Amino acid sequence: MNNVHSMSATQPVLTHLERLEAESIHIMREAVAESENPVMLYSVGKDSAVMLHLARKAFFPSRLPFPLLHVDTTWKFREMYELRDETAAAGDLDLLVHKNPECVEKSINPFTHGSATHTDMWKTEGLKQALHLHKFDAAFGGARRDEEKSRAKERIFSIRSAEHRWDPKQQRPELWRMYNVRKSPGESLRVFPLSNWTELDVWEYIRQEQIPIVPLYFAAKRPVVERDGTLIMVDDERMPLLPGEEPELKSVRFRTLGCYPLTGAVESVAESLTDIIQEMLLTTTSERQGRVIDHDSSASMEKKKKEGYF
Amino acid sequence: MTHSTDLIAHDIEQYLERQANKTMLRFITCGSVDDGKSTLIGRLLYESKLVFEDQLTALEADSRKVGTQGEGLDFALLVDGLAAEREQGITIDVAYRYFSTEQRKFVVADTPGHEQYTRNMVTGASTADLAVILVDARKGVLTQTRRHSYLVSLLGIRHVVLAVNKLDLVGYSEEVFEQIVSDYAGFAKEIGLDDVVAIPMSAYHGDNLTEHSLSTPWYDGPTLMGHLETVEIDDDLLASPFRMPVQWVNRPDLDFRGFSGQIVSGVVRPGDRVRVLPSGKESAVARIVTMDGDLTEAVAGQSVTITLADEIDISRGDVLATADALPGVADQFEAHVVWMGEDEMLPERSYLCQIGAMTVQARITKPKHKINVNTLEKTATNTLALNEIGVCNLSFDRPVPYDAYTANRDTGGFILIDRLTNGTVGAGMLAHSLRRSDNIHWQVVDVDERAREQLMGHRPQVLWLTGLSGSGKSTIANELERRLHAFGAHTYLLDGDNVRHGLNRDLGFTDADRVENIRRVTEVARLMADAGLIVIASFISPFRAERQAARELVGPEQFCEVYVDTPLDIAEGRDPKGLYKKARRGELANFTGIDSAYEPPRSPEVRIDTTSVSPEQAAGQVVDFLRSRGVIA
Ligand SMILES: Nc1nc2c(ncn2[C@@H]2O[C@H](COP(=O)(O)OP(=O)(O)OP(=O)(O)O)[C@@H](O)[C@H]2O)c(=O)[nH]1
Ligand SMILES: [Mg+2]
Repeated sequence: MNNVHSMSATQPVLTHLERLEAESIHIMREAVAESENPVMLYSVGKDSAVMLHLARKAFFPSRLPFPLLHVDTTWKFREMYELRDETAAAGDLDLLVHKNPECVEKSINPFTHGSATHTDMWKTEGLKQALHLHKFDAAFGGARRDEEKSRAKERIFSIRSAEHRWDPKQQRPELWRMYNVRKSPGESLRVFPLSNWTELDVWEYIRQEQIPIVPLYFAAKRPVVERDGTLIMVDDERMPLLPGEEPELKSVRFRTLGCYPLTGAVESVAESLTDIIQEMLLTTTSERQGRVIDHDSSASMEKKKKEGYF
Repeated sequence: MTHSTDLIAHDIEQYLERQANKTMLRFITCGSVDDGKSTLIGRLLYESKLVFEDQLTALEADSRKVGTQGEGLDFALLVDGLAAEREQGITIDVAYRYFSTEQRKFVVADTPGHEQYTRNMVTGASTADLAVILVDARKGVLTQTRRHSYLVSLLGIRHVVLAVNKLDLVGYSEEVFEQIVSDYAGFAKEIGLDDVVAIPMSAYHGDNLTEHSLSTPWYDGPTLMGHLETVEIDDDLLASPFRMPVQWVNRPDLDFRGFSGQIVSGVVRPGDRVRVLPSGKESAVARIVTMDGDLTEAVAGQSVTITLADEIDISRGDVLATADALPGVADQFEAHVVWMGEDEMLPERSYLCQIGAMTVQARITKPKHKINVNTLEKTATNTLALNEIGVCNLSFDRPVPYDAYTANRDTGGFILIDRLTNGTVGAGMLAHSLRRSDNIHWQVVDVDERAREQLMGHRPQVLWLTGLSGSGKSTIANELERRLHAFGAHTYLLDGDNVRHGLNRDLGFTDADRVENIRRVTEVARLMADAGLIVIASFISPFRAERQAARELVGPEQFCEVYVDTPLDIAEGRDPKGLYKKARRGELANFTGIDSAYEPPRSPEVRIDTTSVSPEQAAGQVVDFLRSRGVIA
């Protein structure tokens, strides 16, 4: 970047990733400057990893001016818990873990209670409880607009009612890089610093910045069973096998991570970040295909968000 | 794939290198209802092979279920993602989609055509470099086409594609195309859109989107994609003077004090002389700090943390600017305002205004005029309703650094926020200041607040009595003034009657006049408090927003809201001046409690329940509060 003044139309001064990074940092600083008690939702996935990295950059040399919150379901992949604990051990941040006590007590799980109840009670309810408990008034989330059609409609600063509902028909205009962060008593804010990133951007950034991610994103031989056309990894002994089901070792990886019984693997041999990017560019299906909850109905994400899902 | 599949497969590294150095074009689609905006984007994504298999399967199913094209694919469903949109076959809110080709990366915002949702169109347009304005070939240029074109120009989008769509429905007629192009040309010129490229197309069939269509052999201009990939977007922000609004003061420990923000224009290097505005103090850049190490140079678009050579008091909202070319600093402006609130704008009411990283109180004067988007005529008006565009004067409660919007979107654009609903109700673009105060030096006052306090023997205060007509405000106010006087306090009583006969005799009782009435009273009360008095202001003051504005103007520590709480039936029963009877008979319009709302205070400093306490006890309650606050001993 030494020759800034002789810029031609084909050679941008900032690279695409530099521009995205700067925008996300700006968003995070706005939210922190204007809210009283912000928190960053940390799901341990790749988007969270990128968001955390950006937050460290945004406030450097200060410590993160907010804690991370992991809304745990107890059904995440084991490798996710490992990375989460390593992140917390880095010592430059505070990590809160919330488990919905009602779910703990009733041992809510996707097998006995179904994926919808499981997700609703652990994640949606659990999140509401945690936000309420700590009186957080702004929560950063790693959602991207390219993930899904109703996400493509959401503002970067999104107001939720006291019941945490999203009203897609009442969104505030959001002009330039100017964010109205004001809220009435009881309302809270969801802030999406990665709104304008695509899946490809996220991977390229992870590669450029060498951000640590859960190894499940890379292909390896893992024990899986096939259910309704989806490859489910048998991550621990809690997974009940159906009659005739026999876990098979297959070279697979994950494009998104969540609760292991609800997350589909893809067969792959992509063992490095470059392999992943290459595979992604040549693939013909979208990222969310691996999420069991999205198959339920085509408008399911919007419905979930209206009910308070992140 | 439009991505070079070969390169990806064989030399991914090189492919990624190329990706990183691509330019980015942000564009919107806009135009009237049903002209095919969403269809165009859906089709563009599809033609560019950016729709995945699973999405295509879903699209086929959706098209059968809710599509508007019978057995065919309804490409709009790829973008209209909300349930309400799919059910009604319309776009309600902006959708952002991302895609890239060999040449460029794109962010496209698909905006709604319905007038009702204009604010969502403005949201999408505010960040765009180019606008694709669609016109249905059967309908030609409509009011909404003009409105969107006008907004495009107002928001500073310099490049326009006039997409004459649905040409399949007019037999791909060159005449129809030429007619629309010439109809539009005159209007475009008038509103200052110079770069307009017209393209005949069928979004539905994909004509002239990525390949030249055989159905329009008479057309030899670029395809839409061809144009989007090559249009030159001049980024002159880099060559503009350095500006950075301070978002956050970075203070990890006593030894480090940095100012974090995103550079909105220009270039900065360590050693550069900078000024802090509005204070005008000057210093030099010491370091440009980032987690990846200090920079020797930072440019427009980057988010950085800057430290200065001198200890200067800087807070959020201040602007760092190159000392060589300063932005203006002013508190009164002329601006274009696009109104976005459901409730119409109330001139003289105080709104919050966000500009850069600063939030100030703003009052809007009566609009100079509004603009008829169809004829571009300027018409006189008292207010702006939802989606109207006008020119207004704005007055801020303190000076702010600014540039004209045309020079810099970030230091010249602002939003207006309603203090009660917290909604964004307006957006504006500063044209110029009305009174330059570039070299502000506050009058140095030797006799300050403390000096006056000592002389007075008490601290100043504004006691704001609010309540229905006949609630007992005047009785309590009189009793209160008597008690305070007995203490030796310097007081003054302002009430509806003494003010309405003089200062405000030109005002009536409409909502707008009530707002102005209270505004003037607030200013007077503040001046009196500045002079050291305890002011008792006794006004019905029915609107929460006005009382809130008074509180903010006076300063919360000098403001005491006293709610004289009397239920309507009791106040009406007392009716000392016979006004309720008149109002009930319909002889008095806009009477608070009858046909005009009273919004009770949510958390007044003192609440007086007149059904259970006497005026003496009520005055005692207020005096106790003044003691507890340390106003009187
Ligand atoms: N025959 C034909 N039909 C089209 C063409 N473009 C769009 N349509 C149809 O026109 C109707 C409206 O299209 P949309 O894309 O939803 O229009 P829009 O401009 O996005 O509408 P709003 O966003 O609600 O303002 C749909 O039924 C489309 O299939 C075209 O080029 N030819
Ligand atoms: Mg549409």
